[in-house]
Parts: sequence; structure tokens; C-alpha cells
Amino acid sequence: MSESTSTTTTGPRGAVEERRTVVRTQGVKKTYKMGTTEVHALRGVDAEIYSGEYLSIMGPSGSGKSTFFNMVGGLDKPSEGKVYIDEVDVAQLDAYELAWLRCRKIGYIFQSFNLIPVMTALENVTLPMVFAGLTSDESRDKGMDLLKKVGLGERHSHKPFELSGGQQQRVAVARALANDPAVVLADEPTGNLDLRTGTEIIELLHAMNQDSGVTVISATHDHKMLSVSERVMWIADGMVDRIALREDLDIETVQVGAEEDH
Amino acid sequence: MTEQATRLAGGREIVLPLSKALEISVRSLKIRFGRSLITTSGIILAIAFLMSVWSNNEIIDSLRTANKSEINLLLQKNGIETMTTNAEGASEEARARMAEEASKQAWLISLSLLVCVVGIANAMLMSVTERFREIGTMKCLGALDSFIIKLFLLESTFQGTAGTVVGIFVGLLMTLLLALIDYDMFVFTYFPVTGVLESALAACVAGTLLSLVGAMLPAYKAAKMEPVEAMRSDT
Repeated sequence: MSESTSTTTTGPRGAVEERRTVVRTQGVKKTYKMGTTEVHALRGVDAEIYSGEYLSIMGPSGSGKSTFFNMVGGLDKPSEGKVYIDEVDVAQLDAYELAWLRCRKIGYIFQSFNLIPVMTALENVTLPMVFAGLTSDESRDKGMDLLKKVGLGERHSHKPFELSGGQQQRVAVARALANDPAVVLADEPTGNLDLRTGTEIIELLHAMNQDSGVTVISATHDHKMLSVSERVMWIADGMVDRIALREDLDIETVQVGAEEDH
Repeated sequence: MTEQATRLAGGREIVLPLSKALEISVRSLKIRFGRSLITTSGIILAIAFLMSVWSNNEIIDSLRTANKSEINLLLQKNGIETMTTNAEGASEEARARMAEEASKQAWLISLSLLVCVVGIANAMLMSVTERFREIGTMKCLGALDSFIIKLFLLESTFQGTAGTVVGIFVGLLMTLLLALIDYDMFVFTYFPVTGVLESALAACVAGTLLSLVGAMLPAYKAAKMEPVEAMRSDT
């Protein structure tokens, strides 16, 4: 199932037959030892994520979704198998190179926003640029541009606690884009937001994906997310259950949504 | 591997300029001002004690070497051996008593400093646990282990320096007041300026070292934290 969908990659912008792969996993397994018992969080996942796509990863808790998500983000190393991010084997990287990868290639968005509380919105956005070695002038200009893009140009000097949840997540989106990453990883980005602000964040991510062509990978329970996704991957029992293009499941999601409303 | 290494080395490196690190750690202290104050007061007390013992020793030494009959009288009244009584008979016993006194002092000082280090380590550990997600986030943004260590050591050094400076003044002031009661204006006539300055300098070094040693383990613990921690939503 997964093979057949990943080879036919004629997505919405499907004119391009051969899309560049930005993240590739080969037979990824992850085993945790809990005392004497072994827990298999992932049991051989092969997946390809294409440059510029918007992929949602769905799955119940305990399915291995978070583990897979962390692998893709270079936050965890597989027990077996390979993870390539931008054609670089993550397992081969030392601490410095991993930090470099996280700084330059990946932007993270968290469920709980995770802004640094002592910094203003602008400073939060510019922190990754400081790490990347930009001068303070360069990073200030770029940070202001990003904040304007997410609609918070006026609030650049506010501290996180002076912003609403939705606004904090907007700052987090801007921060994730700070170093023009290849991939933006969003872990339940709407999990702590109400319906309306959640939708706004989803739209924002979608717009960023469309405008700057950044790859968005999002772990989510949120069915609103499906409507903007290019592909959806279901994970169950440590395996890829199935991968589907959005067009193929429009009717299905409506049904699921309807069922949940009851 | 080599190919990857060169690929990665192609960009500019990852840095945390000292000015930025200073800014972050000062702000982190400000936002937790209450607790910083408690930690700092621990250092103030330890250093004040250290300073008062040392400067008291200096003052008494200076008064003894002055060897004036009026001062000797006051010294004897406070149970301190003077140069004149250091004659053959009493000297043996007196020296033994002074040596015992000195070792007791050293014991007290090291105990108080130890308690202080433990206090700092405890406060810093709390601060690290409280900021697990913040540290994890920084690592996700590309912070190296050394950045985190830098931030925490800077923070502790600030606390240490502030506490030390205040502690030195508090200790010296207390000693001066007590010495004034016992020895009147002679304290100023024979005030051991260089001796006290040396003590202050030594106390400064001690205080800074103390805060660094206390923060080492917590900073290491923070630096070794996995960035995945930032993903946890239950804290």
C-alpha cells in the first residue's frame, strides 16, 4: 500500500513527476528496553517525504507516531535502519553537526509554543539566526519581515506572556522559518488552541508552504489539518498503515468529522 | 562521512556571542528575581562570615604587632595573647591554644562554604528542572551543549559576584563595629589596610569559585538534556 502511493507522486503540483526527496527513511526500527521487556515503537518504516509538500502524520497515541516524527526531525536516532534528511544520514552526524542540522535545516513548531519566556517576540524569532551567525542587524531585519508575514509586526517587542496562544504560535511559526529551513516540523501545532485560532495557524502554515515552498510535516489529531495537507500518512502499531493523497480522502474525512460530531 | 562533514562545514558555524549570552542570563536572573535573591543571600552570608573572620584576624594581628601597653590591656581583656606575655613560661600553652583556635576557625569556614556550595547547587538544579522545556527548545533551535553550559555558569557567576561583593562589605562592617566596641579608636589607628584588602580579594575569588563549583553539575545536567524534552506537552 505504502509503496504504491509513494511511487506515484503526482500531487496537486503533480506536473513534476520526479520530486526531490527531502526526508527518506529506510527500514527504521526503534526498540526501547523497559526493564526486561522490549517495546517496539517502530517496526520497519519506509517513507519518503518530498521537498515542498505538506504532509500530515496521523495516528493514535502509542502508535509510534511521535517516535517517527522525532526521527524525521533528527531528534532521535533509530535502533535499526537509516534516516536521511536532505540526503544526509542522521546517524553519522556528531553532536555539532546535529546542532547545525537543527539550526539550519529544520524548523520546529511545538504544541505548547515553547517560546523563550525572557525574550521578546522579535528576540525569539532572531535567536536561531544568532546561532547561525547572522549579525544583529541582519537578523533584526529578517526577524521583522517574518513577524510581519505572520501578522505580528506591531507586537515585536511583546514578551510571550503578553501574547495570546494564537499569537505565540504565530511567533513560533516565524521562528521556525528563521533560517530558511528545508523542513518545518509541527508537533500538534493546534493542540493547545481553540477552533478559530487553530484554523488560523493551519492556514498560516499552508500559506507558508505555498509561498516559500517549505516542506511542512505535521503530527496531528486535528481533522482540519487534513484539508490543507497534500498527503496524509497514518501510523499504527509502529508501521505505516497507509499513505493517501488529499484528493482521495476528501469524502472520507468529512465522514470522520461527521461521526465525531455526534 | 567526510563528504557529509564537508557539506556541513560549508555553511557558517554555530555561535552564541558572549554579549547575547550575557543578555540572556541576566534576563533569566531578573525574571526569577525572588529566587535569585535567596541564592544570592546564601552566598552573602557565607562570604560575610569568611570576610569577618579574616578581617578580624588581620585587625588583631595589627593591634598585637603595635604592642602598646594600652592596647595589650584591651587584648588581654578579650582573652588574646599579647607579644609581652609571650615570655618563656606561658608561650607553650598559649601557642597551642592559638593553634587550636585557628584550626577551629578553618573548620568553621570550610563548613560554611560547603553549605553554601550545596545551596547554590540546589538552587541551580531547581532552575534547570524548571527550565527543561526552554533548554530543549534552545537545543532544537541549534544550541550546542556548550551554549547551555555557558548560560548557566554565567548566571551563577553573576549571582556569585553580586553576593560576594555585598558579603564582603557586610562582613567587614560587622567586624569593624565589633572591633570598635572592643578596642575603641585604636582600630583605625592601626587599621591593616593591605591585609584587609588582601582578604577582600581572596574572598572575591572564593565567592566566584564557590558559585562556579556549585553550578557545574546542574549546568552539565542541563547541557546533556535531549532536545526531545521540548516536545513534551505535559509539563
